[in-house]
Amino acid sequence: MNAILNALEWFGRSEQWSGVDGIPNRLLEHLWYSLLAFALTVLIALPLGLLLGHVRQGRLAAVSGFVVTSSANAARALPTLGLLILAVILTSAGDLVPILIPLVVLAVPPVLVNAYAGVQQVEPGLRDAAEGMGMTAPQVILRLELPVALPLVLLGLRTAAIQIVSTATLAAYVGLGGFGRYIVDGYARQEYDRMAGGAILVAVLAVVIQLVFTALRRFVVSPGTRLQYAGS
Amino acid sequence: MYAALAIGDGEPLIRWDWIARNWDDDILESLKEHLILSFTPILLGFLIALPLGIACARWRRFYPPVLAVTSVLYALPAIALFVVLVAFTGLTYTTVIIPLTLYTLSVLVPSVVDGLGSVPDHVRKSATAMGFGETRRMVQVELPIAVPVVMAGLRVATVSNISLVSVGAMIGIGGLGELFTDGLRRDFPTPLVVGIVLIIALAFVSDMVLLLIQRLLTPWERTRGASKREKEVLATGGAA
Repeated sequence: MNAILNALEWFGRSEQWSGVDGIPNRLLEHLWYSLLAFALTVLIALPLGLLLGHVRQGRLAAVSGFVVTSSANAARALPTLGLLILAVILTSAGDLVPILIPLVVLAVPPVLVNAYAGVQQVEPGLRDAAEGMGMTAPQVILRLELPVALPLVLLGLRTAAIQIVSTATLAAYVGLGGFGRYIVDGYARQEYDRMAGGAILVAVLAVVIQLVFTALRRFVVSPGTRLQYAGS
Repeated sequence: MYAALAIGDGEPLIRWDWIARNWDDDILESLKEHLILSFTPILLGFLIALPLGIACARWRRFYPPVLAVTSVLYALPAIALFVVLVAFTGLTYTTVIIPLTLYTLSVLVPSVVDGLGSVPDHVRKSATAMGFGETRRMVQVELPIAVPVVMAGLRVATVSNISLVSVGAMIGIGGLGELFTDGLRRDFPTPLVVGIVLIIALAFVSDMVLLLIQRLLTPWERTRGASKREKEVLATGGAA
């Protein structure tokens, strides 16, 4: 217990709150990597998931269903630390690209799978009605399927966001900043309070993200569709 | 083939002779450690999740608080838990095993509850009408029906654990993950490629073995594809 108290004391020191190695700066770095990776993930995976989910007939539908669902399981097996270090060694190190590669690779599948599954679950009757009203395919996707699929889409985004924030910690291992800095430096210097402080910060950030998405779900999901997914 | 795989400074992506030289000592030892570090938590997690899940399905009031705890656990980054635990359990296997057990629990408890929830009411009533007591009904009727959903959770937890163990390398206990730190120290890609390939292969083989066990346990399901709930657990990792 003493060790945890030491870590709490570490938070109280004034040097922890300013400068390059201060918590505010490390938080900004951590959020910056995470946001970049998250934005890239959403840009790639969300439109793709919605589109693939929208296609329900023909060979494309059969192939995409298989590829999308197996990508989710395959992504879980990927060792991020290895991928990150490999990216650092193979590309010229120092910039952001090496950390973004594993973060995005890791986060794309949950967004893709959930967007895909969400759209696939939209009742055919609803789609028929939308088409009968004269909606074009883009309108059907954006005004019907996306709102109905939103609970699952948000679940995918949340899983991706939490994974990105957790994994961004590893960036410090290859010389970048973020909260992982405290863990890596603390380990190297045998300063346990610094390590624990960093670990607590990462954990708090992950839980905050979780709460943000819970709140978001309450605000943006239409009450009509919420009931249907109340159990999930 | 070698030329195509070579990177900037002429270092090939894989040096086969390095693999041959280090196979017996480093690689096999790391693999053994990796197996212990990933399967102990799965076993422990399963042994705890089964009674806990049954209790939550039996007394539904317990479930919301348990679910709240497991969903927070699910969000906690493994590396954070490893680091905090070092103060209590030191640089031992336990430091990696405890967080991964918690993580396994956070996936398995909901899938046990959902699996038991997937038992149709008429089946439960028929069993009671046939004179099954509560325990016998659980063991002989409800648990077998819950197997596919529970196994889906077990597969997710197993595959995730196998890749998560490697993060332990940041505190020096990471099984095959130690090949990663080794590769970084020496700016040498071969151990990285070996580590990544072995981890993915291990995850894939374990997943297949679990799928096979599921087939053997539920011969009556063989003609049927995966249920909606099973697919959901596999796709979302059971996160609710």
